[in-house]
Formats: sequence, C-alpha cells, structure tokens
Amino acid sequence: MKLSRAEYKEIVRWTEQLRPTRQCMNVLKKRFPNHSQSTLLSIFSLEYQKRTKRTISRHHAPDVIESYYQRYLSEAVTRPSAPVLLELANEVDLSPALMARLILDRFLQNLEGETPSKLVLNSMLKEPSLIPDQTLAKNVYQCTVNDCCYGPLVDCIKHAIGQEHEVLLCDKLKEKNLSFLDENQLRAKGYDKTPDIILEVPVAVEGHIVHWIESKASFGDDHSHRTYLNEQFWSYWNRSRSSSYDRCSRSDPQPQKETPNYHQKWELVLKIILKGRCWLTFSMPDFPKLPNNDVIEAFEHQCSCPLILTRVAGKLESQGRYRHHH
Amino acid sequence: MAALLESLLARKVDLCKVLDWLKNVQQDSDRLAFNNPELTIHKQEFIPFLLNFLRDQSSQALTHGPATPAKTPTRPRPATSSQGFAEKRGCRSAGGGGGSRGASRVQLFSYSVSPGSESGPNQVSSPSFSATCSPASRSSGSERRPSQRISLGDYVVSSPEVPKSRRRSGNGAGRHVGGGRATHHLDDSSSRTSRGAAFSGTSEQVSPPSPGQLNFNNLEDFPPVGSSSVTPVGSKPSRRINPTPVSAERSHSKPKTCFTSTPFAKAPSPAPPGEALESPDRSATALSPRGLMEERELLKREKSKRAQQTFSPPPASAEPRTPTKSAVRAVGSKVTPDRQTPCPEPSQVTAASDLDILAELYCACISENLVPNIFLELFFVMQLLTSRSPNTSDNNDDDDDEEGEAGSVCVRNSDVLERHYLKQVHNCVYFAVKVLENQYQLLAHLDKCTLRLLAENERVASFSPGLRDRLSQAQDRSAARLSPCGSTFIHSVPFQPATDNRFNFSSDKAFHTFKKQRDIFYEVLREWEDFHKEPGWNFDVALGSRIRGMMSQLTAAGSHSHFARLFLKQLVQMCKGPRVNGSSGDAPDADLLGMMGADGLGRLKRLEERLIQPRGVGGPCPPPSFPGHQEFFRDFLQAASCCQLNQHLQDSLCQQLLQLDEVSILSPPAPVGERGHEAEEEGGDGDMEQQDEKQRFASVLLLARLLAKFLGFISFLPYQTAEKPSREIREAAVALRSKSVPVLDVCGVLRNSVRRRRTILTVPWLVEFLSMLDFTGPLLLGYRVVLGTLCLLYRKMILSRCGETSYLNKLLLVSVLGWLFQIPVIPEEVFFTSDFTEVAELEESNPNAAGLDCIPLVDQQLLYTCCPFLGEFRKLLAAFVSGSSAKGGGVVRKITPTSAEPRDAPGGGERSRRKLLADLEQAFFHNQPPSLRRTVEFVAERVGSNAVKHMKATLVSELVERGEKMLRDGLESPKANPPKLNESICAQLCEAGLDSLTRAARFCCEKSPEAVRILLPVETSPAVLATSENITIHLATEKACSWLSANIAALIRREWKCRYERVIKTLTADSLEEPGPPLTPRRKPGGARVTSCPPSCAHDASLPSDVLIAIKDLLSVAAGPRADEELPSGALLQTLFRTARDTLVCKKFLTAVSEQMLLNASVLLACKLVSGELPLAPRSGAADPEPCVRALLEQLAELWERDNCCCAPLHLLFTPLTVTAVLEAGDGEWNNFLYVVRRLVDRGLLSEEELVSHWTKLAKQIVPVELMEKFEHNKVSSSLPIQMNLLQLSKRTLEGAT
Repeated sequence: MKLSRAEYKEIVRWTEQLRPTRQCMNVLKKRFPNHSQSTLLSIFSLEYQKRTKRTISRHHAPDVIESYYQRYLSEAVTRPSAPVLLELANEVDLSPALMARLILDRFLQNLEGETPSKLVLNSMLKEPSLIPDQTLAKNVYQCTVNDCCYGPLVDCIKHAIGQEHEVLLCDKLKEKNLSFLDENQLRAKGYDKTPDIILEVPVAVEGHIVHWIESKASFGDDHSHRTYLNEQFWSYWNRSRSSSYDRCSRSDPQPQKETPNYHQKWELVLKIILKGRCWLTFSMPDFPKLPNNDVIEAFEHQCSCPLILTRVAGKLESQGRYRHHH
Repeated sequence: MAALLESLLARKVDLCKVLDWLKNVQQDSDRLAFNNPELTIHKQEFIPFLLNFLRDQSSQALTHGPATPAKTPTRPRPATSSQGFAEKRGCRSAGGGGGSRGASRVQLFSYSVSPGSESGPNQVSSPSFSATCSPASRSSGSERRPSQRISLGDYVVSSPEVPKSRRRSGNGAGRHVGGGRATHHLDDSSSRTSRGAAFSGTSEQVSPPSPGQLNFNNLEDFPPVGSSSVTPVGSKPSRRINPTPVSAERSHSKPKTCFTSTPFAKAPSPAPPGEALESPDRSATALSPRGLMEERELLKREKSKRAQQTFSPPPASAEPRTPTKSAVRAVGSKVTPDRQTPCPEPSQVTAASDLDILAELYCACISENLVPNIFLELFFVMQLLTSRSPNTSDNNDDDDDEEGEAGSVCVRNSDVLERHYLKQVHNCVYFAVKVLENQYQLLAHLDKCTLRLLAENERVASFSPGLRDRLSQAQDRSAARLSPCGSTFIHSVPFQPATDNRFNFSSDKAFHTFKKQRDIFYEVLREWEDFHKEPGWNFDVALGSRIRGMMSQLTAAGSHSHFARLFLKQLVQMCKGPRVNGSSGDAPDADLLGMMGADGLGRLKRLEERLIQPRGVGGPCPPPSFPGHQEFFRDFLQAASCCQLNQHLQDSLCQQLLQLDEVSILSPPAPVGERGHEAEEEGGDGDMEQQDEKQRFASVLLLARLLAKFLGFISFLPYQTAEKPSREIREAAVALRSKSVPVLDVCGVLRNSVRRRRTILTVPWLVEFLSMLDFTGPLLLGYRVVLGTLCLLYRKMILSRCGETSYLNKLLLVSVLGWLFQIPVIPEEVFFTSDFTEVAELEESNPNAAGLDCIPLVDQQLLYTCCPFLGEFRKLLAAFVSGSSAKGGGVVRKITPTSAEPRDAPGGGERSRRKLLADLEQAFFHNQPPSLRRTVEFVAERVGSNAVKHMKATLVSELVERGEKMLRDGLESPKANPPKLNESICAQLCEAGLDSLTRAARFCCEKSPEAVRILLPVETSPAVLATSENITIHLATEKACSWLSANIAALIRREWKCRYERVIKTLTADSLEEPGPPLTPRRKPGGARVTSCPPSCAHDASLPSDVLIAIKDLLSVAAGPRADEELPSGALLQTLFRTARDTLVCKKFLTAVSEQMLLNASVLLACKLVSGELPLAPRSGAADPEPCVRALLEQLAELWERDNCCCAPLHLLFTPLTVTAVLEAGDGEWNNFLYVVRRLVDRGLLSEEELVSHWTKLAKQIVPVELMEKFEHNKVSSSLPIQMNLLQLSKRTLEGAT
C-alpha cells in the first residue's frame, strides 16, 4: 500500500463531490483500487465531517428544516415506497443520518408539541421501529443504514475499531517485551487524563525518547493531528512528562534551565499510520517545542516491521509528504 | 464618601451599582460617579470611611474584647459632604484628625493617647475613627475611675512609663525589659501581656472595668475553688475541672510550669500594682511541692486580701457599663448570668433593610480584599455577634442624648448616617449574622472548635438557623488535628568533624577558644532555660556580661563564623517546630507530654486554652513576637551586640533563605481533577507521598519564616527606635540609607517568586522579614516597592474566585499579608493610598510555570501554625459562651482531664518506657555520623511507604474483589437493595481492612533490615547495625501503621466506591442496551456476559468492526436503493454468519457495545431475510431460493442460541415494520416467519409469555385494515401441521387481547 501526499490529496479531491452512501464508497473504491476500503472510508469520513461542520448551520435554519419537512411529507404521500428522505438528503448534500434526525425531530415536535428529548430521539434513531409513523420509520431506517459517515451504526463501528486497535497495540507492545500501563491501569491509579499507553520504561526510537502512545483509530490527516494535539496531547504531556522528571527539576520546571539531559532539541513527533486508519502518536519529552507536522510515516501493520519503527526515510519535503513504506 | 453611604441608605443610589463598582476590577473603576456628577468617589476613600463608620456605629455595643479598629489613613480630604457630616457628629468625631497619621495609629498601637485629646484643640473634622468615638473612648472613662480598675491588663498597660521596646517583643520581652512589673502575669496570661504591650494606649477598653454589680468578695458569686458550690441566681454551675496533682519531682533544668498549678497561679490576677508584682509567682514557685489544699488556701487568702484592697461598691454610675465577660471572668471561673444584656431577638431588629445594605457593602469589601485585613473584619463581626450592649432603656450615653431611644430614633432622625444602626444588640447580631452568612466560605475554613462554637451559638441559631446548620455540617468536615510535636530532647548541635575539627581553624588557639565558647554558649542557654521565668530575672543582668566576654574572646580568635554556624544550627534545632511558633511560649514540657500521650495532649491543650482564655482574647493582629526559645536567641543577640557575629549571621541567613526559597516541592502525582480537590477538602486523605511533600513544604516554610524573622531582626536592629521618629528625622534617614545596599534584594526575590508562581513559599517568609522593619525602613525605595507589590498581590488574591491556587493557599497568603498591614511599623498608607502601589508593579506570572502556588500545599494545621492569631476567634467565642448563662450562649463542653499517672504506675511506666526508648534512639543517633541517621530515616520512610503501597496493591484490591463478589451475589436475590448492600459491604470491607496494620508491620519487619544492611558501610559494627535495623523497623512500622490506621478505611471506601459504581454501571448498561418495549425478552435474567474466550481460542476471528461493516452493507442493500447485482448470494451470507459466530465467540476484541451491536444487526438481517426485503441473488441454477432462506435463518437461530451470546434483541422480529413487510410480501414469507418463530420457541430463545406479549402488541399496532385481515386470515388459513401449535397459541392470544 502506498499513499503519497499527492495521492492523498487526490482522494480528498474526489471525496469532495461524493455523498456518504454505499454507492459513493463504491465509486471511490473503483477509483482507488490500491487502497483498502477502510483507508478510503476513514479519509472520506474525516473529509465529510469537515464538510459537514462547514455546512451544517445552513441546514439548521428553522425555515430550511420546515421546507425539508414539508417536502418529505408531500413526497412521502405521492411516492410511499420510494427512498424519499434519502434522496432529499443527497439532493441538498446533507448526511442522510443527520437529515433523518432533523425530520424525526420535527415530526416529534408536531406529535408532542414540544422538542423531544435527546434520549428519545437517539433511541428512535437507533431503533426506528419505535417511531409511531411507519413510513417515517422506514425512511429513517433507510437513511441511517445507508449513511457511511454518521448514524448510530457508524458510531458503534468507529468505537469498535478504536477498541480493537488498542488491543492490537497492546499485543504489539507485549510482543516487543515492552512494559507498559494501559488506560485502565492508569485510571485505577487516579490519572484524570490518560493516553492509551504509558511505557513504564521509556524507549528510544531513533534517538527520540518515547514515553506514551496514543492510538487513534482513524486516518491521521493534518487536521486531526492538529486537533488532537490541542485537545488531548498537551494534557498528556503536562502529566506524564513529570513521571520522567528528576525530583529537583519537577516542581518548578524552567525550560531554559533544564538539565542538559532533557534539553535536546527533538525535531519531530512520530506519527504512524497503522493500517491506513489507525495512527499512533508517540510523545517526546519536550513535546511543546516541536514544530507540529514534520514527519508522518505510513506503514502497514501486518507487515513484519516492528512497531518501534525502523526508520523509514529522512526528513520529508518541506511541504510535508506522507512517506511510502512497504 | 459620606454622601455615597447616605444616598445608599436613603435609597437614592442603587445598591447593585455600588456593589458592582466595588467588585469591578476593571480599569478606571476606582472612581464612582453617581447621581451627582460632580461627586466622584475613590474606592480608597470610601472603604476606610465605611470601616470607620461601622466601628463608630458599634462603639456603643462593643464593650468587650480588644479593639479592632481598621488601620486606615487619615489623610486630608477634599471638603466634601463629610465635612458637614463630621460637624453634625459634634464631639463624637473629636480626636486627631488633620491628616496626622498618628490619629489612626493611636487606635491600634500607639502609646500616647492623651486622655485629654478628645477636648484638644485639634478637633479637625475627620470621618476617620477617632480616639473618642472608637472603642478607645472608653479608656477615658476608665481613666477617670482608677478605683474601679480590676482587670489585670489595666494596670499593666495603662502605665505610660512602660518601655517602648516591649511593643516589639510581645510577651517575651515584656518579661525582662518590663522588669518586675510585668512578670506577675507572665505565666498566666501571656497573650494578654503581648496585647498589653501592643495596645497600651487603648487597652482599658479591652477589659473595661466592671464597676457595678459584682462584688468579688462575695463568696456566693465567686466561691473559692474547692468550696461547695453556691449557685447564684439564674446561673448554672459550670463544670469544675478538678486538677490532679502531678507528683513527679522535676529536675530544675526542665521547664517547671506544670499545668495543674497554672490556673491557681493565675487566679489572683487583679491586684494592686505593688501587691501583684510578686505574689502570684511566689505562690507558683512555691506550689509544686505543696498539696492542693495549700494552694487553695493561698488562693482564698489572696482573693480576700485583694477584695479588701480594691473593691469599692459601684457608684450608681452616670455611665453604667455592663460588666463584660472578660472582666467577670478575669476573676473567677464562675459563670455569671449577665443580667443586663438583653437577649437579642430577630423581632427586635430595627432598620433591617438598612442593615442589609450595610452588610452587603461590608461583605463586598471583605470578599474583594478591599479591606487591609479580612480577619480583622471577621473578628470585628464576631465581636458584634457576641456583643453585650446594655439595655438602652436604662442607659443614657453621656455624649449623645438621642441614644436613649435609639430604637425608634432611627426612623425619626433626618440624617441617615446619624442613626444608630448598631447600637442595639439586636441590630449588632443581625448585622453580624448577615455578614457571617455571606462569608460562610471563609468561616468554613476555620478550625473545628471555632465552627462548633459558632454553630452552638444561640444567637446564630436564632437569627439564622440555616447558617447554624451549615456550620454544623462544616464542622464535621473540618479537620483540626493537633499533632503532638516531637520532643526536643537533645538540644545541642553535635560536633561534626567536617566543620568543627582543628583543620577548620586558623590556629590552635582559635580552635581551643571556640571549644570553650561552645561550652559557655550552652551554659548560658541552660541557665536561661532554668531561670528566665523567675521573677526579677533579667537577661542582660544575669547573662549579659558573660555573653559579651564570650564575644570578645571570639573576636580575639577570629572564629565568629564558627560561632555563627553553631548559633544558627541551635536556633533552627530549637525553634523550628510548629509549637514554638504557636502562641504559648511556655508549652508543656516534653516530659509531661510524653507521659500524657498524644490523646491526653490534645485534651491538655484544650483545657489549658480554656483556662487562659478569659484573658486571652487578643485580637487577630498581635505584634511580631519571639515566642519560646526564640526569645533567648533574640536576647542573646541584643546582649552580645557584636557586629562581627551579626554580619556572619546575616550572610549565612541570607544564603540559607535563598536556598530554601528555591526548594522544590513535587506536585501530587495525579494533579487537580475532582479527586484532588476532594482530597484537599477532606484534609490530607491524599497519597502518602503527597502528604510527605506537604510536610516537607510545611517544614521548609516554617524554617524559612524563622530564618527570615531573625534576618530581619539583625538587619534592622541598628535602626530600631522606641518611638517613631519625627518626619524630618525619617526623611534624613531615608536619604542616608538609600545609598547603601540592603541586605536582601527583597524586590527581586518577590518578583521572581510571583513570576514563577512560588508566592506561597516566598510571601510568608518575606512577611516575617518585613515585620521586623524599623520605622524608617518602609520608606526606603526597595521596601516601598515590596510593600506595594504585596499590597497588589493581596488585592488580587480574592478568595472566592477559584483560580489555580487552592483556597487554603490563598487564605494563608491573605492572612499573613493582612497581619503585616496591621503591624505598627508598616505605614497605613500602604493599603489605602497609592503611595506605595504606584512604585510597584505586579508582574504577570508565567502561565507555563507549574509553580508551587498551583499545588494544594497548605492545610489547616499549617495555616494555624503560621497564623496562630486565627485562634483568637475561638477564644472570643469561647469567652462569650463561658461568660453567658445557658440561655445566652452555647454549651460549655466538659473536658475531662487525664491525670498523669505516677511514674511507677503500670501505665505510666509503659509511657515513660516508650519515652525513654525514644530518647535512647535520639542519643544513639547523636553519637553516630549523620549519614547513619539519614540512612535509617530514609529506609524507614521508603519501607513504610512501600508497606502502605503493598497493602493497597494486595489487601485493598483483594478486599474490593471480595466486595464485588458479595455485591454480585447480593444482587442475585430478588429484593436486593443496592445502596443498602453497598453500605453493608463497605462496612465489612473496612473492618477487614484493619488487618492491614499487622500485615504492614510484618512487611516492615521483613524488608527494613536488608535495606539498612546494604546501605550502611560494611565496617559498621554489628551492634550499631542491629540497633539501626531495629530502629528502622520501628520507624517504618510506625509510619506505615499510622498512615494506615488513619486512612485505610477511607482508601477502601474510595476504591470500593469506584468498583461499586462500575459494577452497577455495567449491570444497568446491560439492561439499557436493549431499550425497546418493556417486555423485551431477557433470556437469562441476570446472566452475565461471558467475558473470556474459550480455552483454546486462537483469537483469529475477524474483527468485530469488519463483520459489522459487512452486515451494515447488507442492511443498506436491503433497505435500498440498490442495484440487483448488489444482492448477496446465499453462500455469501452463510459465510458471513459463520464469521459472525466466530467473532462472537472470541472475546479478545469484543466489547459489550460491539457484541450487542453485532447481535442487533444479525436480528435485523434476519428480519430483512424473512420479509424478503433482502432477496438472495438468484443462483445460476435458478433453484428455488426458499430453502436457502430457511437454512440461513436456522443458522442465525443457532448463532443466537449459543450460550455466549445472550440477549439477542429478538423483539425486533415482531415490530410492525417487520411483520407488515412479511405480510405484504406474501404467503411464502409468512410461512418463513412462522417457521423462524417456531424455531426460536423450540430452542428456548423465546418464551411463550414473550411471544404472547409480542403478539398482543402487534394486534394493537398493525393499523391498515386489509393487512390486519390478512394477518388474521393467514393465521387461520395456514395449514401446515408444524404451525398448528403456534396458531392455537396466537389465536388464544388474540382472543384474550381483544
């Protein structure tokens, strides 16, 4: 599997016109036969989420919702067996699952006279047979099951993937005889925020000290690297760095005065794309000083290379390019 | 200012607006322009005005306790309306105005209040708190009636010739400098002495003479201790504390005050000056060998003698003053009802809404740190709460004729500011309770005893039951622990070859001289210990010449540096403990404590406190003092007056301080978060390491404070003057001194500390340093900047704003800074003018620096150790309780004293044996190299800590496991009540947790010796080694067990709580996983999810996510829209179902969620298959697909049946959506449907009841008539024999249902 930045950009460009349906995924698969479905789906999913974030507000205006609802009502009468809602969603470029949610919400408002609770809404989306209107139930089901980016089923799949890859990661670490604490053990120790793995004994990867590992079961694009960095990794760094610090320098770390041992300039964070959709981040002790996006390395986790990587290549070109690896 | 308050009270200005103005921290909020546009008001002016206004208002009511005037500057003010206001107040606003800073200073500290000043020529109008309208005004009253002086303090403090230097020295110096005069109350009322010294000008008000109704000679009112009690009318006899003699003979070299004799030595305090000088001490010294009876006799005699001399019947005074409790109780422990104090009642409160406004304003000032010392204000409020103002009906104040009808006059009076809001006790209490309610958070951090006293205070209860309840709750939470401090058995600094041997000296002569000086030093020290409490003993007279001789020897030999080191080490060794910083200089000696044990120690402390309380209320701003042994070192330096020594000391103090200031403290391993906060609130229920770090911090902080105080003392010693020099002299001194470099770069230290967020360590010691300033010092640029910066810091340190700094950290800073702002040498301009703050700037702290400020390091104990004056609240409240009858106050708790057993008694023997052992240990270490002790302590610490960790890892987790099993078992039973079950299990676990003590002890026994053996030098002699091992075991065990016994229950409870919640969560999550109709089938109620793979599982099944994705694809194909070529073949489905089955069997990658979703998806797929919504791709052979569908359904049923997949949501098969689809599809599908239902019932996956309920529901839900008919018809027309049973069943059901 090869994925260059150019190719990645090509995929992204393709996804721009697609709808999150099975049919579109098939189009994508045909266009990029060299890449696994999960890689493509992961990229598509991320891109689509970004797209949704940009556009969702325009679907949420009350008059827009009302117009969708009225269109659904009229078409549902005229064409009772047609996938009315799904077509509508595709037409206006809104995720079918989100469209179903909008319409169902609107429908329940009519029925109960007030905004339905999130719990009710979610349970009905999860199990459309609970919806009192059969035609709507059918349409909603059609939407949620056809959507490959949103919806309860997709959420569950994503969750499952995350879990599975954490298990895989632990397997790999055990295979390498690395002693580590996983999230549950860390939580039991009272950590409030934890990465997936903290190595009990730090290891060096190509001269860089690795303390913890976070596994993200999704494609590691620039955007998610940035977001996770801001939202999660800093807090890990704030916490687990201290575990390696010398007693005397810990209470009051002054970066400029740190002992020379810790004052090497790391230039990169290793980010590893695992099986196209799982990427791992290793922390470096002085994480904050790093430029963010220097190196991203891709490799296939089935291949025999060790988790603690053999160095793939030197620096990437300045604009940053995903390295190839077999 | 007055105008603003006036407008507020007249409701012309919106209170909210003013509050916003006060709270506003934005820029340019300093001024308020209210409705009158020309009038703008500065906060700096309004706040002192408000404070003074309140003091002024309450001056009538506060007849007890020390004065709490705010230290506010009285600078010339623009002629605003305050002018008119002041004039109206007439003579009440007399006193030193005119911008003299002395005027306000007078109220707190100065000596020279001339009684005549009230009529003096300098009656410049000033709204500030003037001598006459302050509580101090009462002093003039008492001056006039010398014959009525009864309280001891009056005598001492009103003597104008008392040397000034005592002010600084507190109780300690008073003894010597004050000479014999002061000695008569040394032992009994130390804090009073310091108060007396500090408040001399105003002290009369502290315990105003109670002229009237009390006859001290009356044995009924004041029966001598020991006589049968004669109860005075209306009063309840207080519980007597029966002293038990301590029979132990005590060596002369030990402190000899024995607590049992203390009350008796104290009792005869009010004596005429000449008489009182010596008698109590004479009796005290004579006491020990005698029996108690003798003491009592002596006391009785003393009392009657005094009564004859001093008692004069009260004149029917023109200015009747209620005897305050301090006066009453200064004489006897008898509780006398205060007949004149009306019992405050909420119904009697007048002008409540005005009081509300005042309270709101006042609280805003306190909350926003706009007042210089929040504890001073709190103290003032508590005084209001406990005020005993006279009944106004029989009271005509001589300087205000309107007050006779104060209650009603409020309404009539045209000038709102002239109303007497706080004259009536009802109003005072109302106001006080309002403020206390508002300041609850602050209150809640006071010590347990104070909270109890407040909660039990009847006034609080009657004015705000809510506050009382909150206080009682807070009281339970408050952790007030008295730590028995280790004995200071070996006093001397051991000889250390590295620094003390011959090679460190320039010559043999110097070496030998120093050897001698060391001996002389200890000789002097011992002598001081023995005699300094003797009456008439004078440090300089007794030791001065010897010390000076020693100094000149040292100078000759040039070994001052050696002596300085010795001196400092000795200082640290003797004075570092928290006890020394505590208020009482004469703590019970170590021997006695050893005999009492820690338990008795606490009780002894409380008892002692109660006994000295009556005279002990000193207010929250005592002047700097040198308690305990510190006194010796200070006096030594003064007597030596050796500049070489001082220089060496300064050098090394500076160095040590700066080192300490850099010390690093680890933040707790799991920082902040809910849990961290909880732990902090619970008080020390933290990790052991966390506690260690906290202790380390406390010890560093206390040491730094001690060193800083001495550094300050030495540095400013040359400039100290008894009186504040005149302005000209000071200006000249500033010009002169500003040229030389100050000893410590305080500005730099503070700036650095703020930037690195280490103020919690730096500020407290800096405050100690600055408290030693001389009068000119604060005017020097460097100190101006520091004081200004501290002021800015103080203002920023708003307690109620949650920042990163923990509440107690902030409280400590606010408390010490408030104290600093109130001490005499610090000019009042610091706070209320911008003179100081304008030169200062508060740098923003570095947000990335994870400094000490962010760690919750301060606990209540440290707070009270650093700020012993916080204990004044307790004393004030306790004094109120014991001074009032049962209906007026709370309950006086009985403290049962533990009698110290004679040394040869069995229990005492055990205790003294333990004590001896401890002493032996100390002695052992003393003679060994210091590294040995460090090693032993280190190993003990680590092993103890490890023992605890081991217990956590083994015992606690075992217990929690056991608990989970018990919980699961318990939940099996039908009428299980989880919360109850939780509690009972928790209790059992905690019980079992006690086992940890013995296990930990065993652990320490096993682990300690090997570690010690490895770490000590190989050459160590076997005996030393064995002893070290034993001591290590002992120390480690002690450490582990003390932690465990205090925390194991909490730990188990916490762990168990986590586990319990997890179990309950998974159980409910399991049941929540299948929402659906209420009668959703649960095949195996309570059956737990299988969580492990079968034994030989190779974990090579497909990942759940992959299977899910495949099924989802099929479902979407089924739901359409689709192309025909997308339809799956039967074979493909067969493979998929097999894969799904394998995946469900292997649990490695499976979570509860994905398992449930897999099952869910498989049922949905079954629906689609059975309804024909997902037709199979036609086979190439074009064979009939039906059998294949049935086979697939059979395969699915088999999958659901497997034991390890419980709770497939089979109800989905019976949703109207599915059944409608089936009915619409045709007979073939209907038959398939019946087939699959039949198979499910056969396999036991679906019970008949469940089926019935589904059926019943369906009958109600399928609306379209034609379909319903088809449903009915199909049921009837189905003739396949295999379906008969089912049909019968469904028919019956339908009949039943309709």
